[in-house]
Amino acid sequence: MQTALLAAVLLAVPLHALAQERAQDGAAPQAFVGARLVTLAGAEIENGILVVRDGVIAYVGPLERTPVPAGAVIHDVSGRTILPGLVDTHSHIGAVDGGDRSQPLQPEVRVLDSIDVLDPSLARARAGGITTVNVMPGSGHLLSGQTAYIKLRKGHTIEELAMRNPDGTPAGGIKMANGTNSRRDPPFPGTRAKSAALVREKYVAAQEYARKLADPDPKKQPERDLGLEALGEVLSGKRMVHHHTHRHDDILTVLRLREEFGFRVVLHHVSDAWKVADEIAAAKVPCSLIVIDSPGGKLEARDMRWESARVLSEAGVDVCFHTDDPITDSRLFLRSAALAARAGLARDKALAGVTLAGARMLDLATRVGSLEVGKDADFVILDGDPLSVYAHVLETWVEGQKVFDLNDPRDRLFAVGGVGAGSPRALSCCEGEEEEVR
Amino acid sequence: MRLATRLLPSVLLSVFALASAAFAQDLAVRGRIVHTMGGARIEDGVVLVRGGKIAAVGRASEVALPAGVQVLEAAVVTPGLIDAHSSLGLAGWLNYAHDKDELERSSALQPELRAIDAYNAREPLIEWVRGFGVTTVHTGHAPGAVISGQTMIVKLRGETLDEAVLQPLAMVAATLGEGATSEDDKAQPGTRAKAAALLREELVKTQSWMAKRARAVEEKEPLERDLRRETLALVLEGKVPLLVTAQRAQDIATALRLAKEFDFHLVLDGAAEAPLVLDAIRAAQVPVIVHPTMFRAVGETENLSLETPGALKKAGIQVALQGGYESYVPRARVVLFEAAEAAAYGLSFDDALGLITLDAARLLGIEQRVGSLEVGKDGDLALYDGDPFEYTTHCVGVVIDGRVVSSEKR
Repeated sequence: MQTALLAAVLLAVPLHALAQERAQDGAAPQAFVGARLVTLAGAEIENGILVVRDGVIAYVGPLERTPVPAGAVIHDVSGRTILPGLVDTHSHIGAVDGGDRSQPLQPEVRVLDSIDVLDPSLARARAGGITTVNVMPGSGHLLSGQTAYIKLRKGHTIEELAMRNPDGTPAGGIKMANGTNSRRDPPFPGTRAKSAALVREKYVAAQEYARKLADPDPKKQPERDLGLEALGEVLSGKRMVHHHTHRHDDILTVLRLREEFGFRVVLHHVSDAWKVADEIAAAKVPCSLIVIDSPGGKLEARDMRWESARVLSEAGVDVCFHTDDPITDSRLFLRSAALAARAGLARDKALAGVTLAGARMLDLATRVGSLEVGKDADFVILDGDPLSVYAHVLETWVEGQKVFDLNDPRDRLFAVGGVGAGSPRALSCCEGEEEEVR
Repeated sequence: MRLATRLLPSVLLSVFALASAAFAQDLAVRGRIVHTMGGARIEDGVVLVRGGKIAAVGRASEVALPAGVQVLEAAVVTPGLIDAHSSLGLAGWLNYAHDKDELERSSALQPELRAIDAYNAREPLIEWVRGFGVTTVHTGHAPGAVISGQTMIVKLRGETLDEAVLQPLAMVAATLGEGATSEDDKAQPGTRAKAAALLREELVKTQSWMAKRARAVEEKEPLERDLRRETLALVLEGKVPLLVTAQRAQDIATALRLAKEFDFHLVLDGAAEAPLVLDAIRAAQVPVIVHPTMFRAVGETENLSLETPGALKKAGIQVALQGGYESYVPRARVVLFEAAEAAAYGLSFDDALGLITLDAARLLGIEQRVGSLEVGKDGDLALYDGDPFEYTTHCVGVVIDGRVVSSEKR
């Protein structure tokens, strides 16, 4: 009886959480007809139909085999290309901050509590076709805080944008870093070995905390500790570690600590990844890469190669890309995939690198990252091939709602820039009102 | 060993190509499309280089090639690309003290700093940028001080400054607006008005010094040398342009105001808010080296637009495109990529390519040497396996003065 009840609760909670997140207006289904569909779930469909109902993909397939549903709002998108909404696994949009200068490890800090959803950087990300973002605090700490997985829905509060776990808590990982960025004056570490020691001590404390929590004796329960609580979620595998790391030996240090403590991790940036691709593959750890127009900028990024994605992929590593916005521009996220393709990465892997692979690394692949029935209706309409410089994002849709339209002058301002594009005051004031931006 | 098999073959190939071509300055380049920029594009064209200079350009069927001349082939051939403003060779890839020579912050006004005394011809970023087809760069002291120093023009050749330099003094670099001011650094002005006042004072002092120099010459009196005044006198005599980095509309207006007051040859740099003052720039007939298309929209460039290169071009303003200067990453921008975005946001292919070839050469005053594939000009070419602007196209060869300097597929 108890088990049955528990099961019912568990089933009910995710539905409740999702309902909380998504606007389900029961409106007529929408059919996007005639586009080339790059589904990321099988071959590209030349003349396809995508049907959206209640914010979810209801059908996707070739047009010739599918009648347009009766009563559907029809969007003629012939000649266009539709791609799943892009997933950016590492971004700093929203003028965010994380931990302060007081400590090198601050797992209790949530980036969620600092995101300015009216910042123009979010509008630019929508213009780039990005629909799901892992918003991260910086890399100046060994652990700078909890990250936030958000959907770029139209909304004026973070509550409207934040994604939630099945249990209703805000979805996100934790941001860690090693190498040179997090080395500073005490209490920050001065060396690599000290960096690793501080992290290991914190993990040991989290293990101890978890052990006490598991004690059935209520008297032995520890005082609540927000930081160790978050690290407990890391140790149990619920919360992904998103780890900034560049140099080959720093990459191996992350793998060593993972071996010791058993956390789940995505390696970010990984400039030297091509030097230790087999070790990364053997550890079955995925990589989220940044593509910069020239190597260097600092010593540990000296050996960054565009070939990294190809080398990792061929070694069997799951590879995706990120903008690290503002390091690269969210509007040009597809360019990162294209430059990796230029350096030899297979086309399907390059496209997965800005969609489905990223979704996997955020534990969101059941909801986003591909055009498949039952997934969130997050997609991008392009006027050309996704890997072409001449292709533009025409529209971005999140959960069946259009959040960017290049034909709307207010949206276009953020897509190409211009006077007012730097100011949140240029964002639309009132839904549906036709008014000039300035 | 794994690395060797994964990455070395292309490197070895390029070394071999370099070695075999090191002493030849005669070669021909044949392309399915040759963008000469000196006229219409040529289908199945060929460019013959002899003694480092272009000897013939035309349809492959019409140009007779000397027997035995090396012939390179590619889908698309363009003139060697020109980056109209960068800090390449002064700003190194590691971005640490020993390779950070683009900006000296001890004083706000240092026109005496020569670019030739800071250029590292072996800087790895030079090889990187060149690998995408860039052959000529206007480089030197970066924006960030009221007068940060001198600039120069180099070809991306050789291992020493002397082998690389095309023009040892090209412009004097100045900055107005937020880029020239600092709240913390007492060596720099704290406000934009103060920055403008410092620049005016400096030019007024130079005017006085020039008068004193004229009297000394007239009276055959000796005059103590003054490196700072000598440099700025070249600016006030109109012999060397003042390159003024100004992003905000009011700072562009200030640059135009000072150019009128002191009658120097002004070249505007950056100019993020140029679309707000297009008429004033056009009326003053001032050329613009516009910010990199993909420059970050933050701070004083918050209002920049991907369409500004196109807007300037369409307004009839003389314009060229730059890789620019970044204090972090990317430490060097590749001007090919910046032109590609300009082509994606409002410019025709030819106009976008012009911004990094002939337009840039004209703006820099070196169009007799480079910028187009025309007889008599330097044998500088870039070879591609497709549309050079496409993300997935590769640069497959670069030629400077008839020598293959890169053949790595990139």
